[in-house]
Amino acid sequence: MGTGSGSKERTAVIGVGQTKYASTRGDVSMAGLLREAAYRALEMAGKTWDDIDAVVMGKAPDFFEGVMMPEIYLAEALGCVGKPIMRVHTAGSVGGSTACVAASMVQSRVHKTVLTIAWEKQSESNAMWALSLPAPFTTSVNAGAGGYFSPIMRRYMAMSDAPELIGCMVAFKDRQHALKNPFAHLQQKDLTFDQVVESPMLWDPIRYSETCPSSDGACAMILTDEASGDAHDGPVAWIKGTAMRSESNSYGGRNMVSPRASEECANDVFAQAGIHDRRKEIDAVEMYVPFSWYEPMWLESLGFADKGQGWRMVEDGSTNHEGGDLPVNCSGGVLSTNAIGASGMVRFAEAALQVMGEAGEHQVDGARTAFGHAYGGGAQYFAMWVVAAQK
Amino acid sequence: MRDSGLRDIAIVSFAQRQEAAIRDESEVEFMVPLMAQAKADVGLTQQDMGFTCSGSSDFLAGQAFSFVATIDGTGPVPPISESHVEQDGAWALYEAWVKLQCGDIDTAFVYSYGRSSPGSLRDVLATQMDPYYVAPLWPDAFAIEGIAARILLESGKVSERQLAEIASRSRENAASNPNAVRRTPKSVDEILAEAYLADPLRPSDIPASADGGCAMVLAAGDRARELCDRPVWIRGIDHRIDAHTLGVRDLTTAMSARIAAEKAGVGNDKIDFAELHAPFTTSEAVLIEALGLGDDVVINPSGGALAAHTMMAAGHIRFGEAFERIARGDGDRAVVHATAGPVLQQNMVAVLEGD
Repeated sequence: MGTGSGSKERTAVIGVGQTKYASTRGDVSMAGLLREAAYRALEMAGKTWDDIDAVVMGKAPDFFEGVMMPEIYLAEALGCVGKPIMRVHTAGSVGGSTACVAASMVQSRVHKTVLTIAWEKQSESNAMWALSLPAPFTTSVNAGAGGYFSPIMRRYMAMSDAPELIGCMVAFKDRQHALKNPFAHLQQKDLTFDQVVESPMLWDPIRYSETCPSSDGACAMILTDEASGDAHDGPVAWIKGTAMRSESNSYGGRNMVSPRASEECANDVFAQAGIHDRRKEIDAVEMYVPFSWYEPMWLESLGFADKGQGWRMVEDGSTNHEGGDLPVNCSGGVLSTNAIGASGMVRFAEAALQVMGEAGEHQVDGARTAFGHAYGGGAQYFAMWVVAAQK
Repeated sequence: MRDSGLRDIAIVSFAQRQEAAIRDESEVEFMVPLMAQAKADVGLTQQDMGFTCSGSSDFLAGQAFSFVATIDGTGPVPPISESHVEQDGAWALYEAWVKLQCGDIDTAFVYSYGRSSPGSLRDVLATQMDPYYVAPLWPDAFAIEGIAARILLESGKVSERQLAEIASRSRENAASNPNAVRRTPKSVDEILAEAYLADPLRPSDIPASADGGCAMVLAAGDRARELCDRPVWIRGIDHRIDAHTLGVRDLTTAMSARIAAEKAGVGNDKIDFAELHAPFTTSEAVLIEALGLGDDVVINPSGGALAAHTMMAAGHIRFGEAFERIARGDGDRAVVHATAGPVLQQNMVAVLEGD
């Protein structure tokens, strides 16, 4: 690692924009989908396309829409003719990584104001097909991501002695949270806890209602430098830390339940933000939970709970929007909306909305410091940030 | 670039491999030795790298998340701070350069690769076009460049003979480059006698497709001087994109390349040579004008992307070729260029300089 002594430019989030997420956004093209989110972010920031110095775009595999390097086609739609555009792709963590890369553009003082946007329009193609293309010397995970992660969740259950229905509690909680977020894909107002428990088992221990939907959607943010953040006439979220970590998918002794890359990424980002007691000092968490059991697993891996104890926070309601001391995924989370490439950025953006006081019905009262989290690959890619209301 | 108070960042090592077709090795297999060499050349290991960034394409690999396998080649245990762009490796280099500008790291590792031989790249690239109005027609990439070439010729800015001269010079320069694929010399008249492949483009106007990749180490300030005898400094770097819709832009120039060149400071001092990611002879003709390169600038001493076009790495390799040339004293100041998209839509320009 380096010993450079330069100081980074303090960076502010001044705009967040999201589309309505749905399984098929047949009313818009890909370009139209991105513009919907971008316009909303620009509007909240009080900026126009002319104020944007560069665009940093992220999304998951190009096979999900069948467009190779779509930033090429989206140049006009994203208002970047004559400007720089980057395209990040780091597996499921991509939305978070994209925000980290965009932040570095401002932190480095290379650019002043950056539009960052992440998206997926899954209805254009078929993600299960795209994830199951045969490759030489590689075992195809025909069962998709759920088939890959289910043994890891079983391992967690065995190690922690967690009650069987913790996963159902997480899923029911997130679906209830989604009812307070008008952008969330799933709006299951009549869903009962018993229905979650009785839903068909897909990848044991994951039931149908404990997994994420397949969504179309985009999420955008406007990031700017300290002077512009100070001068901004509106809510601001200050970026206190960003971190990315990656590790091999498999190696001897790898902890699949709490990967070393996850723990080291968290240590890095919380150190940057000066956070010592994570559970006490963080007011709202948006973490990447595509399968219910990942909430207690990440609570432990990220240091919000002791090892083997994360499920107790689910059981006692600590992670609920109402009454919880560490509300997790008040937006409804990935379990209620999964526009894959966008999902990481949605977590980062929702964390920003919380400290801006702009989360609407799912606002955590008095949230001052929030944490955004994304992971990808075989739980081997991580991106995280901490944002706060105060510089 | 916005701030003049940027850190000095240099390229300190480079390794590459390009062949017409690499058939018996996967991307990870052929990248591992290159990654190892680039690090060993400066005595570093993966754990010494402050940041790692790569560029590649799932569409070429034929697999979603293909880069996830390749990262294993770096040896990412313990975990590394890492990112990936679905762009030419030149943009991975740019991301690493930005990260180094943040000031908290001093070294970065950048690699990129692509293998086009398993498919038909000219058809694969049709999926890069507007997915609603253009891609469904499956316009092949050579045909699109052919249309642009016709417009260029009719503008009077360049003649078919001048294009043939570019092709001939590329072949001549490539003859001494072991990584080039098209290395057999051909005279201008021989090239003009070739039958059209995508009228008015002849086979020699079109890039020699290659499989391969490259790996590179970047370092900041004094760290760069510790690591090698002659670091090659990135004095300026910028990238821009043009409109995608071919009908709305002037295809006889490259506005985005012109802006990037100005921002990178191309006109600030004498340039000895240029390594341009010009896949077609027409691209080179357009770039020389857009970048404002005079007659005294040696163009593509490696033979350029015409002589070996490794999709997703060809732009990055231009940085490497210029690094090697300056590091061994064959010139002090170079312009480097990378491109993406149809007819030079997206362009990066950098100025490299030895101490």
